Amino acid sequence: MKTIKILGSGCAKCKTLYQNTLEAVKQTGIEAEVIKIEDFQEMMKYNVLTTPVLMIDDKAVIKGRVADIAEIKTLLTH
Amino acid sequence: MKTFIFPFSALAVWILIYFNLQVSADFLVLSVLNLEPGTHLTESLRFFVFEVPKVLMLLVLIIFGVGIIRSYFSAEKTRKALEGKSTFAGNIMASLLGIVTPFCSCSAIPLFIGFIEAGVPLGVTFSFLIAAPMINEVAVILLFGLFGWKIALIYVSTGLFIAILAGWIIGKLRLEHFVADWVYKIKSEGSEEPEEQLSFDQRVRVGLDSVKEIVGKVWIYIVIGVGVGAAVHGFVPEKMMADLMGQNAWYSVPLSVLIGVPLYSNAAGIIPIVSVLIEKGVPMGTALAFMMSVIALSLPEMIILKKVLKLPLIFIFAGIVATGIMIVGFLFNWIM
Repeated sequence: MKTIKILGSGCAKCKTLYQNTLEAVKQTGIEAEVIKIEDFQEMMKYNVLTTPVLMIDDKAVIKGRVADIAEIKTLLTH
Repeated sequence: MKTFIFPFSALAVWILIYFNLQVSADFLVLSVLNLEPGTHLTESLRFFVFEVPKVLMLLVLIIFGVGIIRSYFSAEKTRKALEGKSTFAGNIMASLLGIVTPFCSCSAIPLFIGFIEAGVPLGVTFSFLIAAPMINEVAVILLFGLFGWKIALIYVSTGLFIAILAGWIIGKLRLEHFVADWVYKIKSEGSEEPEEQLSFDQRVRVGLDSVKEIVGKVWIYIVIGVGVGAAVHGFVPEKMMADLMGQNAWYSVPLSVLIGVPLYSNAAGIIPIVSVLIEKGVPMGTALAFMMSVIALSLPEMIILKKVLKLPLIFIFAGIVATGIMIVGFLFNWIM
């Protein structure tokens, strides 16, 4: 069971990354919990400077950009 | 090795096409469509057929170049460079880094908090946050393409001037107590991760990706902007507009800033409007002041900033930047 966190304040890029992540999880069939973090105070605990951020098991793997479904799938399966 | 060859051969093709654009445009309009030179329709069409590909090609080239340059910078590196920097030198550095550091307005808050937390002085942080959105490559290329390199250069240098000065003043005023209290209490747990090292191939990819993303988003504004410009090309300026925002009316600059502040648009979206204003006889300084105030200050941004700044600091920030923009507008109208 993986824990995936999307950090972003609700801008267009953050929403796209969230949607792509949900789709990637569905396609790979991995068991994962996807959490969206929109609160700045909460977000800053993870030492981010640019949003959106994709974290898999508390490790930031994508910073400040949108990743497409294929890229997230590779990140999930490796 | 292949990717080394690709950018250079693409550049050769680019140059070949770019320097034959006028000839091709004339050929298309005059020979293929067989229109008579000198009429309003012909001249408008010539302008449109030449300007649209010209600006788009400039956009592709510069965004690709900027994309590659930006791949060497990151918000993390910029923060490290600015940590504990003194005022003025720090303000200058922050403004310059604001141009080259990848930045998206939705990251403004995390960046602000992250900078403050790392010990970057408040004024220096503001210099960065003013320069980053205002001086962006799309605005500069469009100004260059439509109004020439002098206007583009003046836009960049006055934008830098505003960012440096406004940040420096905010630093001098010692406004730290107007930052929301929780910002100073935050302690990040996340560890500093080593930067990933990109190969040249990957940087070329980054450049191409940013071309795809940005040009895909702004091409329509350029077609509209040039289209409207072409439609009014050569028409005598309308008197009403020129009177309202005209050179002689002293209030034209503050008025255009006042209209511009609550509006929000990205640099590309505002260009069509600016090109119409200028075609209609609005002086350059007034039009630039309008453009700067739309890009640099906006109501939605203020509302987001409210989460980390107390109201007085937001007003001071908006007031200083607006004043700087007005000075630029007046100065420009006076010189031209």
